Amino acid sequence: MTKERLHREIIAMRVAREFGDGDVVNLGLGIPTLCSQFVPEGNSVVYHAENGVLNYGPMAEEGEEDVDLTNAGGQFLAWVPGMSFFDSADSFGMIRGGHIDVSVLGALQVSENGDLANWMLPQRGIGNVGGAMDLASGAKRTIVAMEHVDKKGNPKIVKACTFPLTGSSCVSMIVTDIAVIEVRKEGLLLKEVAPGWTVEDIQKETAVEFMVASDLKYFVL
Amino acid sequence: MIDKVVASFSEAVKDIPDGALIMIGGFAGPGGTPQRLISALRDHGTRELTIVSNTGGLAGAVGFGTISGDQPVDMGILVDNQQVKKVIASFPVSPSPSKPTSFEKAYLADQIELEVVPQGTLAERIRAGGAGIPAFFTPTGVNTMIGEGKETREFNGREYLLEYSLTADFALLRGHKSDIMGNTVYRGTSQSFNAVMATAAQVTIMEVDEIVELGGIEPEGVHTPAIFVDRIVKNSKK
Repeated sequence: MTKERLHREIIAMRVAREFGDGDVVNLGLGIPTLCSQFVPEGNSVVYHAENGVLNYGPMAEEGEEDVDLTNAGGQFLAWVPGMSFFDSADSFGMIRGGHIDVSVLGALQVSENGDLANWMLPQRGIGNVGGAMDLASGAKRTIVAMEHVDKKGNPKIVKACTFPLTGSSCVSMIVTDIAVIEVRKEGLLLKEVAPGWTVEDIQKETAVEFMVASDLKYFVL
Repeated sequence: MIDKVVASFSEAVKDIPDGALIMIGGFAGPGGTPQRLISALRDHGTRELTIVSNTGGLAGAVGFGTISGDQPVDMGILVDNQQVKKVIASFPVSPSPSKPTSFEKAYLADQIELEVVPQGTLAERIRAGGAGIPAFFTPTGVNTMIGEGKETREFNGREYLLEYSLTADFALLRGHKSDIMGNTVYRGTSQSFNAVMATAAQVTIMEVDEIVELGGIEPEGVHTPAIFVDRIVKNSKK
């Protein structure tokens, strides 16, 4: 079997399988944004965007874009029945008050104990916190969707984050282009691998040792 | 009868002094951003301003939430005009380092100060300021750079940071429709920071598409009650 890295869409598809019927889900920038395309059939997921919209639907058709209707990534949304709008205080009240079931975020680094670093590259000296710290501390569950290694091939799953933290012990699952890893109290647990990849292959690209699930599978999509 | 309508954008901002603390509404894109009030403040020219805003000016540099071909105005023009001393924001720089914003260039050249605040903490600091609450505890930012040097306290086994409220001298905001007294509604996702900032400034100035007589907005549909609005200026369609 050929050993390939999975596309961003496949990562998003795998993350979307984690959404339960009726879950309220907030999607971060990058790969997480793609998740809304892949909700399992029969599930109704309620999407929350922190700029102040709940229960949004598809993106706007070309020519129908409206600057007063975007998600938090600045993408234009379609007007659909059942949406509601609110201000930033209410929006973050939803996040900080524990009303969001799942937050999906990108990451620069995730540590063995679920610490998340995703807002600042130290060499840049400045970064965007945005809503990530609120989501990491307020959502019931945080899933990270990211490439397993950075552009230079450095592992992003590490013993301890060296980049500035977004939150500590907040990540419960990591879905990458080669693996699905659960964060447990006793450490990381490798649960799924991309087709053609072995446990040893994954370990080589991960800077911390992990446990391997007894029922290790190929990506379940 | 109370009538808060002001004839022009320049008149609406003419008493903003040097050193003022100004909240600018919106999220990041041109929707919800008071573009003509920002332009008027640039023309007014006051300096040493502290700006509270979700971003450090994003739409002008990277086209966030912008319809292709449009060139929106954001607070970057105040930075370019060297009117800004300090920015308090959650998303101060461009997501792509290759397209830096005016703010980022000024910050890296040590010409401007920055306080980065998590977006929910920023909204809550403003909400608290508007509601007369001096400070509050939040778990957001615990064990991060944001929490460094801040007072902490444990409630039910979890650690929280003490954060202080924020108020402003002026708020420049973007509504959709106001009646002449100031009752205001926003359109779509443009409430964002506008509605909460309306509560927290000494003088709240609202740029709107439409001004109606009393009764022109259903009382049940008012987003920002008139008590929070001091001046209204109509944004004549281009």
